[in-house]
Amino acid sequence: MTAKKKNSNFIATLPKNLFSGFVVSLIALPLGLGLALASEAPPISGIIAAVVGGIVVSILGGSNVTITGPGNGLVIVLLGAITTLGGGDLYAGYLFTLAAIVFSGVLMLLLGFLKMGRLADFFPASAIEGMLAAIGLGILAKQFHIMIGHNNEHGSIIHLLLQIPEGLIGLYQDYHIEELIAAIIGVIALLIMANYSKIRNKYLHLIPAPMWILILSVGFSYVFVSLGLPYPLREEFLVNIPNNVLSNLAFPDFSKALDIDFITTVFAITLIASIESLLSIKAVDKLDPERRRSNVNKDLKALGLATSLSGLVGGLNVVTVIARSSVNVNNGATNRSANIFHALFLVIFVLLFQDQLRRIPLAALAAILVFTGYKLATPKNLQKVARIGKEQIIIFLATLLTTLFTNLISGIAMGILVTFIIHVVLNRSLSLFVNHIAKPNILMFKEKDAGNYYISVKYFATFLNFYKLKNKLDIIPENENVILDFSHCSFVDHTVMEGLENYVDTFTKKEGSIEIIGLDKHGADSKHPFAIRKILPLNKLGTIEKYFTKRQRLLKTLAKEYQWSYDPKKSEKTKFLNKFIFFKNRKVPYYYNSFYDNTKTFHLFDVEFNEGEFIAKEVVKTTILHIKVKHQIPVFSLDKEGLLDFVYGMAGFKDIELENHQDFNKRFFLSGEHTKDIQDLFTNELILFLESNPYYHIETNGSSILILKKERLLSVKEIKAMLYFGKQLNHLLSETVVV
Amino acid sequence: MNQLLIKLYNSILFGFAFSPSLKVNILESSRIAYYLNCKLILLHVGEKTAEKAAKVNQIISETEQSNDAVEVVWKEGDPEKIIITACIDLKIDLLILGALQHENKFQFYVGSIARKLTRKVHCSVLLLIKPTEKRVPCKHIVVNGLDAPETPMAIEHAFYVSSLLGAQQITIVEEILPKEIQVDVADDRSLKKANIIKQRIRHREDSRVNTIVCSLPENITKGIKVKTQSIFGKRGYSIGHYAEVVRADLLVMNAPLKTSIWDRIFPHDIEYILSDLPTDLLIVRK
Repeated sequence: MTAKKKNSNFIATLPKNLFSGFVVSLIALPLGLGLALASEAPPISGIIAAVVGGIVVSILGGSNVTITGPGNGLVIVLLGAITTLGGGDLYAGYLFTLAAIVFSGVLMLLLGFLKMGRLADFFPASAIEGMLAAIGLGILAKQFHIMIGHNNEHGSIIHLLLQIPEGLIGLYQDYHIEELIAAIIGVIALLIMANYSKIRNKYLHLIPAPMWILILSVGFSYVFVSLGLPYPLREEFLVNIPNNVLSNLAFPDFSKALDIDFITTVFAITLIASIESLLSIKAVDKLDPERRRSNVNKDLKALGLATSLSGLVGGLNVVTVIARSSVNVNNGATNRSANIFHALFLVIFVLLFQDQLRRIPLAALAAILVFTGYKLATPKNLQKVARIGKEQIIIFLATLLTTLFTNLISGIAMGILVTFIIHVVLNRSLSLFVNHIAKPNILMFKEKDAGNYYISVKYFATFLNFYKLKNKLDIIPENENVILDFSHCSFVDHTVMEGLENYVDTFTKKEGSIEIIGLDKHGADSKHPFAIRKILPLNKLGTIEKYFTKRQRLLKTLAKEYQWSYDPKKSEKTKFLNKFIFFKNRKVPYYYNSFYDNTKTFHLFDVEFNEGEFIAKEVVKTTILHIKVKHQIPVFSLDKEGLLDFVYGMAGFKDIELENHQDFNKRFFLSGEHTKDIQDLFTNELILFLESNPYYHIETNGSSILILKKERLLSVKEIKAMLYFGKQLNHLLSETVVV
Repeated sequence: MNQLLIKLYNSILFGFAFSPSLKVNILESSRIAYYLNCKLILLHVGEKTAEKAAKVNQIISETEQSNDAVEVVWKEGDPEKIIITACIDLKIDLLILGALQHENKFQFYVGSIARKLTRKVHCSVLLLIKPTEKRVPCKHIVVNGLDAPETPMAIEHAFYVSSLLGAQQITIVEEILPKEIQVDVADDRSLKKANIIKQRIRHREDSRVNTIVCSLPENITKGIKVKTQSIFGKRGYSIGHYAEVVRADLLVMNAPLKTSIWDRIFPHDIEYILSDLPTDLLIVRK
């Protein structure tokens, strides 16, 4: 694409982006004010963060349709910082926190330069869920009181949560008209938030719910003005915005920069801001209709710079925010200009509607935040985690409770520790992790014959080393086919399974594919697709059919499609295989994942067999197609030279040459006892068929055919190709015999 | 088989101990000596007793091949030093050692004798992880194709060994350092660029390796299927993992240039493979 075309494209999409920027600013305004208030910072600081973030990140960032601004994850950290650093004086605390924000911006910039965009990968998925729930509870606990007109409740999250019933009773007992009006506004606002999505009206949905709340509550105050009555809410119940925003900017106070409290605040802010941003960027990439990939490190640098600048002029942290970004995408944004428009609209709102903004009741903003907090901490999240496995509940709760009782950093640290301990206990082995953590455990190469990528994972794959696998997956173009083999890997955790699902999604959307193989023999505790999977000792193999892997599920649906039967259970009736030369000296203890039509003419299954004994023993897993033929056919075996390592063991037979087919003779190794019969069998048509199809190892024992391809299990895609090949071959062979 | 122009190995040394695997070890090494057409010297570091000697002779008599070229040497002293000096004194070309397949942490740092020797001797070393009583044919050999001065030699040895052992396939693995790509994949554009560069490197490496193969005498390359595979990954590690995945029978590697305790704490190249041997391993050294 030429630069000119790009430019015209940019201009053509500008109106769309202008519109979506406007819609986002309608949400960003109430949220910016609210998030700042929830952190006990002046309301305008949230708007400053959104404006600075919108401008800086849209110019310098590496993502496409993200929106930046104050984030809800930081509320708890900032609130803690402002109250502790100020030692009671909230405004002083705010100025110290601004200094911490400036430093954390510098740290984020550094993280970007150090290419630490991987940072968010080191946290177990359930621990992050737990952390988010704790943040949600934290926001909810504080804002609930403001929503019902009690502006002066203070204390820890737990304390505030326990105060909630008392606060509700207090509304009756200590009767204050102002508090009651605030509470009514708050509750109505909450009802609007909760029911907005249930009302199906296209005009109503033109304006987002938070903006409706602002419009209605400000309109309510004008009702009093028009009636000539005094507004019943005093200033302390309303948003406070300085008369001249530009001349009243707050500046950071660096005098505490060497305190321990200050330094831990800087680290906490940086950590949470980076995690929230990185997770959001990844999530927004999945929403992007054009499926572009964000440059995470570039974005991190831009966010760092924006945070520092925002802190210098009295604004909060700048992070990438998921909710506003998804609204942005839904309203048709295509590039970063939407972010800058959202910032510009905010500037316009603040400059033009100062008087109206001062009429917004705090309770209305608090209601918006209560709803945001509730969404983060909804019991549904715990249910979701619980469905994955019992151990995930422990991780979730450990992180949640530690965060509630101490702080976010200890909470996430506890989450990591608990996850690791659970993994060690599940595997009954610490050495599995300790010995192999430093080893590069991922092998990736492009298979030359098929052109697909092959990735093999050894030892274990958990949140500890998932980044290594991600590094490999990230450098594969998403329109390629990938086969991900876990058969050498004894333990895969939930974080990896969930992360892989994201990759599978992205690849599928871009017309590539990732197929995960080698997990069928790993046991899981629940049927959730992201459940932890651990390789089972041999004697426990009876339970493998308990929960399906994705491959097994795909096989099942494939069976439905073909109207065939699928049976995952292992079967020990492997005698019919012994008649094949290939299995003459290979013992097949059982087959599983069998897949057959109603006459059992075609029968496809996975086998596992051992080659060699004791230390030399190697376990080979492969997928086999077995076809019963209607008529007797001569015994032969056909191979591409060098396709499989193991077929060379078949001594005793000579390579049979076919007349007038030099190319075939060169490429294939055909052997069998009755040379004449075999030569008759190979008609021109059959030879052309074999030459023009992918190579398979084909073998007959007179009454049936055996087809196999690789010394590993085949992916479902490969299985389909093999079935098709088998059907055609069967057709050709039976035709030849009849003639 | 004997009409080869070159002969890379003349005498083989096997240091044995009276362990439960003594018999299979001796059977395996005598078989290798037979196929490579070499003289086999069995060295035991320890006291010679009639009982021990009888036991060893008993095993030698059980070997399938003719045992004219087998010599048993008894020496006393520190095993490591004796084997190192014996390799020089007896003009040994190939030292065979039995190795455990997985090293545990303790052994890794203390170093089992076999692994210590691997690092110290001045001749080629063959580490056996799975000696067997009956012959398991060696079918597939994986050899490194690093862009290093010793690589042509390693490839030559691989072909030589496979022509004698009757292996049908050799895969030359080119391990390419990620830093050679020079582009960090950050977004779609850099991804495309990186893939073009990779493709170019792949072609370059394939042609480099092919030149090496073509320069080898035809009588050792004939009849062997040659495959090349480029892998972008950690050097020394990926080849081991690859050999495991394709279930190779023998892995041939260049000798490490230097090994100190530093290298073992921060393993690189061959250290990875030694710590987790996937297959039998031949380390080529001149």
